[in-house]
Amino acid sequence: MGFSEPKLDTSPKVSDDIRRTTCYMCACRCGINVHLNSGKVSYIEGNRDHPVNRGVLCAKGAAGIMQVTAPSRLRAPLKRVGPRGSGAFEEISWNEALDIAASWLKPLRETAPEKLAFFTGRDQSQSFTSFWAQGFGTPNYAAHGGFCSVNMAAAGIYTMGGAFWEFGQPDWDRARLFLLFGVAEDHDSNPIKIGIGKLKARGARVIGINPIRTGYNGVADDWYGITPGTDGLLILSLVHELLRAGKVDLDYLARFTNAPCLVDEAEGPGKGLLLRGDGGRLLVIDRTTGKPAPFDRKGVRPDLGAEHKGCRTVFQHLAERYLSPDYAPEAVAARTGIPAARIRGLAAEIAAAFDAPVVIDRAWTDFRGERHDKMQGRPIAMHAMRGISAHSNGFHTARALHLLQILIGSVETPGGFRFKPPYPKPAEAHPTPHSGATPGKPLNGPHLGFVQGPEHLALKKDGSPARIDKAFTWENPLSSHGLMHMVIPNAHAGDPYKIDTLMLYMANMSWNSSMNTAAVMEMLTDKDTDGEYVIPRIIYSDAYASEMVAYADLILPDTTYLERHDCISLLDRPICEPDAAADAIRWPVVEPDREVRGFQSVLVDLANRLGLPGFVDEEGNARYRDYADYMVRHERRPGVGPLMGWRGDGDQVGRGPANPDQLRRYIDNGGFCVEHIPDEATFFKPWNTAYQDWAVGMGLYDKPQPYLFSLWSEPLQRFRLAAEGHGERQPPEHLRAQLKAMMDPLPIWHPPFGEAADADYPVHALTQRPMAMYHSWGSQNAWLRQIHGVNPLYVPTKLWDEHGFEDGDWARVTSPTGEITVPVAHMAALNENTIWTWNAIGKRKGAWALDPEAPEATKGFLLNHLIHELLPERGDGLRWSNSDPITGQAAWFDLRVKIEKTDPPGEAQPAFGPIASPVPPAKRNRP
Amino acid sequence: MHPAPSVIIFTVLSGAGFGLLFWLGLGAGPYHGLGGFLIWGMGYALAVVGLLASTFHLGNPQRALRAFTQWRTSWLSREAWASVGALLLLGPVALAAVLGGVLPSIFGMTGAAAALLTVVATSMIYAQLRTVPRWNHWSTPVLFVIFALAGGGIIAGVQLPAAVLTLALGPLLIWAFRHGDGRFAKAGATLGSATGLGTLGGVRELAPAHTGSNYLVREMIHVVGRKHADRLRVIAVVFASLLPAALLFFVPPLPLVLGGAFVLHLIGAFTARWLFFAEAEHVVGLYYDMR
Amino acid sequence: MTSLPPPSTKKLGLVIDLDTCVGCHACVTACKGWNDHGYGVPLSDQNAWGSEPYGVFLNRVHSYEAQPDVGPAQVVNFPRSCLHCDNAPCVTVCPTGASYKRAEDGIVLVNEAACIGCGLCAWACPYGAREMDEAAGVMKKCTLCVDRIYNENLPEEDREPACVRTCPTGARHFGDLGDPASAVSQLVADRGGYDLMPELGTKPVNKYLPPRRKGAAETSPLAPLLDIQATGFAGWLDRLLEKL
Ligand SMILES: Nc1nc2c(c(=O)[nH]1)N[C@H]1C(S)=C(S)[C@@H](COP(=O)(O)OP(=O)(O)OC[C@H]3O[C@@H](n4cnc5c(=O)[nH]c(N)nc54)[C@H](O)[C@@H]3O)O[C@H]1N2
Ligand SMILES: Nc1nc2c(c(=O)[nH]1)N[C@H]1C(S)=C(S)[C@@H](COP(=O)(O)OP(=O)(O)OC[C@H]3O[C@@H](n4cnc5c(=O)[nH]c(N)nc54)[C@H](O)[C@@H]3O)O[C@H]1N2
Ligand code: SF4
Ligand code: SF4
Ligand code: SF4
Ligand code: SF4
Ligand code: SF4
Ligand SMILES: [Mo]
Repeated sequence: MGFSEPKLDTSPKVSDDIRRTTCYMCACRCGINVHLNSGKVSYIEGNRDHPVNRGVLCAKGAAGIMQVTAPSRLRAPLKRVGPRGSGAFEEISWNEALDIAASWLKPLRETAPEKLAFFTGRDQSQSFTSFWAQGFGTPNYAAHGGFCSVNMAAAGIYTMGGAFWEFGQPDWDRARLFLLFGVAEDHDSNPIKIGIGKLKARGARVIGINPIRTGYNGVADDWYGITPGTDGLLILSLVHELLRAGKVDLDYLARFTNAPCLVDEAEGPGKGLLLRGDGGRLLVIDRTTGKPAPFDRKGVRPDLGAEHKGCRTVFQHLAERYLSPDYAPEAVAARTGIPAARIRGLAAEIAAAFDAPVVIDRAWTDFRGERHDKMQGRPIAMHAMRGISAHSNGFHTARALHLLQILIGSVETPGGFRFKPPYPKPAEAHPTPHSGATPGKPLNGPHLGFVQGPEHLALKKDGSPARIDKAFTWENPLSSHGLMHMVIPNAHAGDPYKIDTLMLYMANMSWNSSMNTAAVMEMLTDKDTDGEYVIPRIIYSDAYASEMVAYADLILPDTTYLERHDCISLLDRPICEPDAAADAIRWPVVEPDREVRGFQSVLVDLANRLGLPGFVDEEGNARYRDYADYMVRHERRPGVGPLMGWRGDGDQVGRGPANPDQLRRYIDNGGFCVEHIPDEATFFKPWNTAYQDWAVGMGLYDKPQPYLFSLWSEPLQRFRLAAEGHGERQPPEHLRAQLKAMMDPLPIWHPPFGEAADADYPVHALTQRPMAMYHSWGSQNAWLRQIHGVNPLYVPTKLWDEHGFEDGDWARVTSPTGEITVPVAHMAALNENTIWTWNAIGKRKGAWALDPEAPEATKGFLLNHLIHELLPERGDGLRWSNSDPITGQAAWFDLRVKIEKTDPPGEAQPAFGPIASPVPPAKRNRP
Repeated sequence: MHPAPSVIIFTVLSGAGFGLLFWLGLGAGPYHGLGGFLIWGMGYALAVVGLLASTFHLGNPQRALRAFTQWRTSWLSREAWASVGALLLLGPVALAAVLGGVLPSIFGMTGAAAALLTVVATSMIYAQLRTVPRWNHWSTPVLFVIFALAGGGIIAGVQLPAAVLTLALGPLLIWAFRHGDGRFAKAGATLGSATGLGTLGGVRELAPAHTGSNYLVREMIHVVGRKHADRLRVIAVVFASLLPAALLFFVPPLPLVLGGAFVLHLIGAFTARWLFFAEAEHVVGLYYDMR
Repeated sequence: MTSLPPPSTKKLGLVIDLDTCVGCHACVTACKGWNDHGYGVPLSDQNAWGSEPYGVFLNRVHSYEAQPDVGPAQVVNFPRSCLHCDNAPCVTVCPTGASYKRAEDGIVLVNEAACIGCGLCAWACPYGAREMDEAAGVMKKCTLCVDRIYNENLPEEDREPACVRTCPTGARHFGDLGDPASAVSQLVADRGGYDLMPELGTKPVNKYLPPRRKGAAETSPLAPLLDIQATGFAGWLDRLLEKL
């Protein structure tokens, strides 16, 4: 017989039903189409209409089906029966579980609400969980931001009223030069990939500044393998070069920033603050009159070069500072590991793009009433994340980066960096932190916020910290996200005070999300003299058999993301675009097949049992049935609720009465709502009247609030003044020097604290996010774990040869506070003094329903064992925390180590004994 | 390549089996009565056992009959036809031998030809693969055939030809080992050409596509045991060739001697065949930076 | 069947842009997800939560390092799946006819109902594009999503391979490489798309686009406004502000 083909049906039925909801294999929140066959999830693909992902999915998202069927899923509430950490539990009913929780929490609320510490991981409901904690009355609430990237958030919001994270994004469609600082993956996983794809398709230049050349930095057209912790120097050197050449956008600086504001030179409590006129409005010198005028008066033309009563403009101060030879490329080359010529080359590239502005023919009106017939910007976009922020000098480095962007006029202009609603929103427009706890009463205001000066610190009368994590204290005054990484150590030390119950949600604190992991496990199991656990009670909500489960007394098992209601809200971290406001929901596209409940609904239930204000009415009757009900009917401010879409009769967006039909409208629309920003309002948002009015209409703010970018930061100067002795709230003596040095109103660079260990620990050690893994969640996923089942320690060629490593070798890596022994691999495209590994691949034996012999548990490892939440002793009798002195950001990447070749120990060290699994062993094969 | 026992057993035993049938078909012996029954039986047994063994590595043996359909293009299919053809054609000859009758020699001749063809087809399954340069060479069929005829010849008791063939095996093996070592390089495929990145510079694997294992790695990338290769090569030559040849040349061909020679030869043959697989490198190994 | 069909004018395949692929593995799990419930038997995983997990994937993404003579090493992510070769050795070696190349569009498929799982086709493939499914004992390979690209139950815009649809950077392109006017053929022409292991004569349909030139851009160095050391800060400021 010759050639013939079998008959083939090329149009098979795909599925019975498609339900559109929001992915949650990570915090990017893409839209997904969940296909169902006979009631079971059969296939997950991206939702093409969704603003975040436009139909694409990442590796995790496309493997979501394995998360829902994972053998590691918890099955019912658990009560600890063995010693903490053993993993011995018994399954109990929800009634019993909730009774226990209420019986623990009620007395605390009535006597000492601060004895409950409630901290959450990267859940997407922080406006809700904080509302709950506020109602409970404890000051001890925060989410993971403090150890994540608060430097980036705080520096952005204090400087320009908006930050990187996923709160803004490059103008992917217009940028011609893109600088990416310290990003491996980021929260905006798919948008960044889509954006880089767009740049590549247009042939725009992508430049990676990163010690490690993988992923985005791999496709980058040029790569600067910088020495960790020195970006501030590189950036300020670029500023130096651009200033020298005059490549700065003077018009932009004069109109939209505090560059033309006048710095008070007079000795006294006002020194270094900006001159203000009546009504406290910032003063500038009007070039037309040569006289002082309020910055926002109609027709004012602020003068950058002005001098007034011996006070010079911010612009002159900063120009003088950064023109200094200290910032010349030659001066920073050695430290940054980047040759002066390369730095000059980069400055020249920026200048070249600067000289080729992008112009959109679109008229707009600024806050001074001036009409502009077009929108002009510079096609230079920048983005950065934890490579900048996870250092103890990250706040200033991030400020320096924003300074650079602003000097060249590439923020909120075409081709540059763009805010997404609810940003822009200046620090002043955010709440200040509140920590006033009264038994039986709600907290006196929202927990977290943006301090403007010492008066806003969260201190008790006696000056001691009001919060368990010591956020908003002199040690880290601008800790806007709290310090989750300090909660367990402080609670264990009873410093500043003891707590009774630690309630954690979606944070693997006994493993990958803690520094100094082994010690944290001890703190969690440590008992005091009377045999009580030092941290008496731990309540935890997880969906899976994670390492943390074993260290809790009561487990409230969550559903997976396909089985519950969630709210991706404008009050929280929405999914907006630079051109549109957008929010979204998750809804139960399948029903759970076990005794698990969405944790937010559990919190509503608890709130009702505890009678928390906001959750019960005057008679104490429950206001909300469950979280879905809260999402629809809760109102933060009149007419403003968690969801912006289809309010009122379904015809109102942003503001409007609650609409009982709202969730159905979201579901019909694919699980999300998009409201476009009028064309005239799409750029220059902080100063654009059209945008300001639109934002008020949407309920983002209650009145227009145009503002100037703060190149000069007054809040920082206020703390410096305090350190110099001004004002009645005074820092403790041992912190004065640090505050004077660090609270500089202009960006500075200081060596990361890790550098102190330089001599004995010359090597930098880093982690990166694998694109196909989400922290610890990924390893339970049968597909993803085949891609990343082990994480070698990558060693640069110089060290590889120096130590005579060969494939298959192992190394002992030592830091000032810890030691690990792990497998190594060679990498050439790597800073010659940096080693790194993938984050959170290593697993504890017995966790995640994996075989105790799983590679994740035998070869995989955590770098966390080498990182300490405190800095090594300095001999001053004090233990300084390993965080940024301004924000308290955990300095994960300051880590310094030494490395030596060693015989393979058979298993990665340290190895911990197995924990008993709370779930039955997995079957062998799939399907 | 992964040296799967089933395939090694198959190729060696069926090879010897069809080799034996070849000689018997040509009228070796000739053997009659019980002797005929035993020796023909042995030929059939070896051949059939080998063929059966070959089905063990199939994912769906129950569909084995489909393997007859593609004789136009597939050597595996041709092998199926040839083997069955040989067994059928030689059937009457064998029967006649056992019952003491005689058939015109043309029957035995065609049967012998089919038996030989079977061995050639088997060898061509490997020799045709450009992905495995060590195999992709005329020496593969030649070696398979000589192994078959030598092994079969020993049992068939055709002393002189068997002696000559076994002796010839030695130098041929040595030459094949040596020459095979250089063939991957000669084929020209490199990680550079496999990825097309050679133009950028020297290419090496940074991270594997998967830290877990997979079919390709297990089936085609066999690196364990190679370090013993040299010793095994010696064993192969000594046992497959030198020892049996010595016996055949210098000791009278009593059944016991021939039996001994055959056993020695088999040991060598199995060793040689293990090396044939274990030492063969598939180009897919390039993508994993291991061969 | 395992004779190759006469060369088809339509040659469907993928073009993969190595200058854009960030190595995110999205195409890997999207492919697994679609084909786990799509064409033929599921893509099983053995020892899925155990000590040595191994399962069938039809598309895998490697990362390689290339060290140029000058400049730092480059990292290139490299997706690998069936190239739907014109001269497909995996087809001709198949004893059962299960492995075949479609006359209509050149897609190379395995008819699982006829496959005896002998593995010979995988041996014949230079690119490691075929993986045996241990659970079902049949050979699995990239189908070019033949059950998507013509599927009338899918909206028009979704009639493309799952891996192409999901690729966040748009590094994967699907189309007819037999038609020189097609977008993919244009891309190959403009960007110098190439074959893998041409020396083996398989004539792959899929093409790879090489990474673009890396390194510093040609820009002239920045000239300072004036010599600040000489004029001092004031002089610099005047000169700068003249611009306004
Ligand atoms: N060495 C090193 N350590 C780091 C970092 C680093 O870069 N290097 N990064 C730090 C940063 S920025 C962060 S954000 C942390 C992240 O660390 P974690 O916040 O611990 O993040 P995960 O481990 O992903 O998830 C925590 C827990 O959430 C659970 N979970 C998953 N889905 C659900 C759900 O639907 N409901 C509930 N209730 N629980 C769920 C998981 O099972 C897991 O136990 O790690 C920090 N640790
Ligand atoms: N797939 C996936 N996506 C995720 C997560 C995940 O676990 N998996 N986690 C989410 C979370 S919680 C977070 S916080 C974000 C974090 O997203 P990223 O900010 O990308 O965080 P990392 O993966 O830690 O990458 C830090 C990068 O900074 C580089 N780096 C370190 N030190 C320096 C330095 O001094 N200078 C410069 N220039 N670079 C430096 C490192 O090499 C690394 O490339 O990702 C989110 N998205
Ligand atoms: S980035 Fe991936 S995991 Fe995260 S939400 Fe989007 S698809 Fe899901
Ligand atoms: S999805 Fe696209 S970018 Fe990601 S690995 Fe595959 S080809 Fe590369
Ligand atoms: S890539 Fe391999 S499997 Fe695909 S057609 Fe070519 S040879 Fe056959
Ligand atoms: S494994 Fe199946 S498809 Fe491949 S050659 Fe054998 S029978 Fe043909
Ligand atoms: S075309 Fe379809 S089968 Fe082939 S790799 Fe892409 S997704 Fe997988
Ligand atoms: Mo994070």
